[in-house]
Amino acid sequence: MSDLKFGTEEPTAEEKTAIDELSSEIGPAEIKLDERFVVGGRTRVKDRRRLLLPALHELQNTAGWISPGGLNYACKVLGIPPAEAYGVATFYHLFSHEPPEVKDLIHVCDDVACRLVGAETLIKDLKDSGHKVKPSPCLGQCERAPSVLIQRTNKKNLTAVAESNNSLTAVNVEQVLTSETVTPQMTLPQKGSENLSLLSRVGVVNPESIEEYVKLNGYDALKKALTIGPDKVIEEVTASKLSGRGGAAFPTGVKWRAVADQVGRPRHLVCNADESEPGTFKDRTIMEGDPFAVIEAMTIAGFSIGAEQGWLYLRGEYPVAAERLENAIREARKNGFLGKNIAGSEFNFDIQLYKGAGAYICGEETALFNSIEGFRGEPRNKPPFPTTHGLFGEPTAINNVETLVNVLSILALGGDKYAMQGTGNSTGTRLFCLSGRVVNPGVYEHPFGVTLREVIEAAGGVTDSKKIKAILLGGAAGSFVTSDHLDLPMTLEDTREAGVSLGSGVVMVFDESDDLPDTVRRIAQFFRDESCGQCVPCRVGTVRQEEVLARFTRNASFDTDEELLEDLSTVMKDASICGLGHTASGAVLSAINLGLLERTL
Amino acid sequence: MNEIPVGAPRSQIEVQIDGKQVKAVEGATILDICQKEGIDTPTLCWAENLTPVNVCRVCVVEVEGSRTLVPSCSRPAEDGMVISTDSERVRKSRKLVYELLDSSVDMDRSTAEVKEWMEHYEVDSSRMGSKNEIATVAQPPKIQDSLYVRDYERCILCYKCVEACGEDAQYTFAIATAGRGFDAHISTEFDVSLPDSACVYCGNCIGVCPTGALVFKTEHDMREEGTWNEETQEVTTTVCSFCGVGCNLELHVQDEKIVKVTSPADHSVTSGHLCIKGRFGWQHVQS
Amino acid sequence: MWGSNAREAHPIYFHHVLKGLSNGAKMWAVDPRRTSSAKFADAWLGLNVGTDIALANGVAREIIHAGLVNEEFIENATEGYEEFKAHVEPWTLDITSEVTGVPNEAIVDLAHGYATAPTAQILWTLGITEHHTGVDNVLALSNLALLTGHVGRPGSGLVPLRGQNNVQGGGDMGALPNKLPGFQDVDDDNIRARFEKTWKAEFTGEHGLNLTEMFEAMGQDTLRAVWVIGENPADSEADVKHARAMLERLEILVVQDVFMTRTAQMADVVFPAALGWAESDGTATSSERRVQRIRAAVPPPGQAKQEIEIISEMAKRLGSTTWGNPTPQELWDELRTLSPMHGGMSWERLETEGGIQWPCPDEDHPGSLFLHGRLWERPISGRRAPFSCVEHRPPVDELTDEFPIRLTTGRVLDSYNTGVQSGKFDSPIRSGDALEISSEDALTLNVVDGETVRVSSRRGSILMRVKTDAELQVGLAFTTFHFPELVDINQLTSDATDSKSGTGEFKAAAIKIEKIESMANV
Ligand SMILES: Cc1cc2nc3c(=O)[nH]c(=O)nc-3n(C[C@H](O)[C@H](O)[C@H](O)COP(=O)(O)O)c2cc1C
Ligand code: SF4
Ligand code: SF4
Ligand code: SF4
Ligand code: FES
Ligand code: FES
Repeated sequence: MSDLKFGTEEPTAEEKTAIDELSSEIGPAEIKLDERFVVGGRTRVKDRRRLLLPALHELQNTAGWISPGGLNYACKVLGIPPAEAYGVATFYHLFSHEPPEVKDLIHVCDDVACRLVGAETLIKDLKDSGHKVKPSPCLGQCERAPSVLIQRTNKKNLTAVAESNNSLTAVNVEQVLTSETVTPQMTLPQKGSENLSLLSRVGVVNPESIEEYVKLNGYDALKKALTIGPDKVIEEVTASKLSGRGGAAFPTGVKWRAVADQVGRPRHLVCNADESEPGTFKDRTIMEGDPFAVIEAMTIAGFSIGAEQGWLYLRGEYPVAAERLENAIREARKNGFLGKNIAGSEFNFDIQLYKGAGAYICGEETALFNSIEGFRGEPRNKPPFPTTHGLFGEPTAINNVETLVNVLSILALGGDKYAMQGTGNSTGTRLFCLSGRVVNPGVYEHPFGVTLREVIEAAGGVTDSKKIKAILLGGAAGSFVTSDHLDLPMTLEDTREAGVSLGSGVVMVFDESDDLPDTVRRIAQFFRDESCGQCVPCRVGTVRQEEVLARFTRNASFDTDEELLEDLSTVMKDASICGLGHTASGAVLSAINLGLLERTL
Repeated sequence: MNEIPVGAPRSQIEVQIDGKQVKAVEGATILDICQKEGIDTPTLCWAENLTPVNVCRVCVVEVEGSRTLVPSCSRPAEDGMVISTDSERVRKSRKLVYELLDSSVDMDRSTAEVKEWMEHYEVDSSRMGSKNEIATVAQPPKIQDSLYVRDYERCILCYKCVEACGEDAQYTFAIATAGRGFDAHISTEFDVSLPDSACVYCGNCIGVCPTGALVFKTEHDMREEGTWNEETQEVTTTVCSFCGVGCNLELHVQDEKIVKVTSPADHSVTSGHLCIKGRFGWQHVQS
Repeated sequence: MWGSNAREAHPIYFHHVLKGLSNGAKMWAVDPRRTSSAKFADAWLGLNVGTDIALANGVAREIIHAGLVNEEFIENATEGYEEFKAHVEPWTLDITSEVTGVPNEAIVDLAHGYATAPTAQILWTLGITEHHTGVDNVLALSNLALLTGHVGRPGSGLVPLRGQNNVQGGGDMGALPNKLPGFQDVDDDNIRARFEKTWKAEFTGEHGLNLTEMFEAMGQDTLRAVWVIGENPADSEADVKHARAMLERLEILVVQDVFMTRTAQMADVVFPAALGWAESDGTATSSERRVQRIRAAVPPPGQAKQEIEIISEMAKRLGSTTWGNPTPQELWDELRTLSPMHGGMSWERLETEGGIQWPCPDEDHPGSLFLHGRLWERPISGRRAPFSCVEHRPPVDELTDEFPIRLTTGRVLDSYNTGVQSGKFDSPIRSGDALEISSEDALTLNVVDGETVRVSSRRGSILMRVKTDAELQVGLAFTTFHFPELVDINQLTSDATDSKSGTGEFKAAAIKIEKIESMANV
């Protein structure tokens, strides 16, 4: 509902077709029923706004950029003011706003893990051979650093990875470009081990086959859930003491109960698959290796909270996961596991896959809602919380991929038995993302309570038996520790007491030869680049923090810089709106406190 | 047009604010209580005629039991809340927020209220580095028509103009926030000029801008010439004559000339918002 | 929203509409053009110009046939229902659709939507009143409110939007041929006696003339002297050619205005006046009956005087000794003693309360949010509200093969009436004097955007620039009435007037548009 005025630019035929197809099911915002009778209005416009992000993807993919003609056309069909749509389009880094010079844009990760192993050289080499290259924050493939995403026009996007243990070169990337067929090898060091529960099928099952999935106990948990009923499912989950794996470790049973108790309808179940925390790639591993498990777990969660609609918000940089999840959703529908009367029950449930477009902040739950709804991915102030005012302002449960997949084993084992794994309130197993200077990087599943040393040793220890200088625990939003912490048990309680956090399970190892000041500055840059820009402490604070560290790497520090960093940290923690601002200084300050920047500022 | 009082009477709650027990109606924000109790609280992105977006964070207060400070402008008070509005933590955050803004934005032409608070918190952003070495939003002003000037090097991104142009009043949506992070800025689609955008020149965005980023062309020109003098201006409230709705106008008069027009935000007819005729149609008075 | 483009003509009122819409209200727009207001509507019904009564009758019949009338309300608060029912019976969907051009489903949609809403308002502006059937149009809409009981309750009602800040106030103050201030009848001896006592003067109960009658009287030379205050009839009357001729005939024409308008230029004497809203003190009454203070912010230029002063001085010159030099506040206080509905509005209250809505009989009265609440009292107090059987009459200016196109006029956002005021600022969105026609008509006429064409009606002919508008109905042309110097559009409009109110038919002239083959022939 707004004044709509459009420029004179017209869409290309392809852009027009793409938008028409996208909106074909629900029709445009205004319909001319007759020369003298036009229906439109607020309700129709409102129902269409959530097509904006998919429409932007269509435009980007069709034309290689968000062209004025294309955007105008999408806005006309969807009834969105162009200024708003432009504001949304420019929020995401995967959308271009200039006509593309070449068809392929190569995103090369130059984030913490990748810059240790030659990301910058790769960028230079690719540029030298005439490619259009864009440095990128962590692409969630740190186990095979340096990593690359190729964004193409009118074709599927590709990821390029190195042959085992060799670092990716410009030549490799070019091979991928010409062959177009690369599906990265699943590297799961623990593959097939008996102790696995979350990862038991990964690398074993054919991720595209529902038959194979069913043979390996797939959909047993859903059937059990349908038999015991929603309340009992929530009871089991509560008894299991399952806590969220997305970073905040909130008890899942409590969250589900709160949504199930809401009178408001409809309710929504959202799976947070935006995995963008630097150093994190566990969710990708599950989604690529066992996509049906994610779909089944979402269905169970939807069932127990009384939602009929599930939303899977997948990071835009995961083309392989997207393809496999899309396939899994299709297959599940075909086999009666999604849609009306699931598995012969009264329960109806379906899932919509939404792709992000390059914005770390969209992993924050309320930013994610805004993103799906077709607004800028800016976090909302809390309270109110998602359980009462979530997606579309309606009651919503949102969970991380790993959290949800745990529900399958909770239903298989029973909540109490599940809770016997791990320690105290840190129950079950946990996925760790090992990267940096370890012999066998990758995702590992360990029961809570394992020590940091054991985690690193399971990955073959430090490369070339060098000494550990620092370990980044929990990602960019986490903090650094040193070898003094190797015996720290990996539980929620112990880490909290040590003033660190498991976060999203990142364990990134740096050895004595690594340039920690550069790493820390890159982390500061990550927050500067990824701040949504909404609130002052974070929007300007992350910039000033990065400037301090850049001055440090240039040996140009001010005397007052250390004090400034501390003040920034305090105020970003105290006064920012969301978790990004709250955690933006954590790793930086821990590095200073541990003396990792060698001399004080 | 009539505003109908609806809803059951709201229940009372009690909170402690700066050591004092006070009563309030349920649903009142902490800021509402502060204002009622005469506790001066700075705000930048809040306005009584707009929905709070709580982005500037200068209004933060400390609430016992909350890990972080909370924005008083949007947080509803709850029964039993214990609130401090002037603790060390609060002062530190407010001061630094002003300093962060001051370091990146030209705050010279802010409202008197903003300037007073900056003085109150002894804002000094020099330790962040000199403006030519650090990131700022410096840029030339956008002058695209004869009515109004957008001088975004003074923009603190409070979102007020976006709200006024959009859902809080005008529903034109000519401007929105574009870009992200420090690059976020207020823009039309593809940054087209204002006359080419959907803008209808209601000037409601000017009416709410706290830092002088959006101003009447008259004001901009007078400031550039050095003839703008707010102290000598008189403000008279009258009724607009261009239609029968009864919008109240505040005519700002300097040297017997109208130099800008606003509308009282607390008046039920306009809520502070006008249209192009009321806002700019006064030029015939001078001729 | 019926015949009103409030988005542009009453933008701040429309803000309130928008708030309602965003809270879930639904809106139907009835207008020949899909105006910028109509674009916010859930549905737009594009009726033929001048067929409002037909549509209203058709909607009424549909409401009756669908069993959606408010029986309790009709039974207890109205009269003439049976007659009305019979009267609208011929307006079947098919016939209504044929006359109005609106498809059946749209009529049903509007009828059901309006009748089943818990609360509903109909609002209109000049699109309804500036027709020769203006008063009947309003009555036809009122019938709908009576059928459904959407009147006299919070959130429901009939909302006419006034074109200027004090149109309402003018009527309130007795600027009507048959009323004294406070809508009191001039022919009521008791009332007149009260006024005579206060005014220390005597006057008769004879009715004055309305505007149309005045022009007629000028034609018959029974009206020889006219004092025009703040009007520009030489530009604004429908059929201005005729109006100007009439003004020319006058023996003496006095014009009191803030500008040298075209009428002022014709005058024998001009009284330069202070500008009401910015140069003088007083009150204005808005469309919602809200009386508010206006205040002088700047001194009037040159020799201009306050209107009150001009009138008082005139009174003195005409020999009055009792008149004095009243201040605005003194006049207001006098009014409060004479007009009961203003009785409670003290000057102080007007200052502090930001306006009060009449009736406000005493100082403890908060003012009235809405009228006609009495219709809901049981038994109803006072007179029942009557249904009116009104007939559809097509516009006087008939469409023929020679004049095949219907011209209608309206306001755009940044301009105002004849443009004397708003023309003074440099609006970046002003598009000028274009004649908007549908793309189809442009094709038929073989003209393109920006081309100058000759536009003629039965009364005159002018040159105008064409602007195509894909959304306009075929056979309809639209222009604003803001630019008399550029485009003397009121030379074209019909001078048919509504016999009941004297309002001219601005909205429905028959015209022809001709391509100009060569400028040399112009
Ligand atoms: C800046 C930021 C980014 C986040 N990114 C993710 C993410 O990528 N994936 C995720 O599951 N949770 C992320 N979260 C946490 C979510 O907000 C939310 O807590 C989580 O999805 C809840 O699921 P859980 O209870 O299963 O952990 C992020 C939070 C913040 C503040
Ligand atoms: S803390 Fe940062 S990311 Fe979060 S809302 Fe504020 S600006 Fe946006
Ligand atoms: S003048 Fe009005 S329409 Fe234009 S940008 Fe400002 S608020 Fe929006
Ligand atoms: S232009 Fe003014 S109102 Fe708009 S965001 Fe910037 S500071 Fe706020
Ligand atoms: S993929 Fe490069 S740091 Fe993660
Ligand atoms: S005034 Fe409260 S956050 Fe801006």
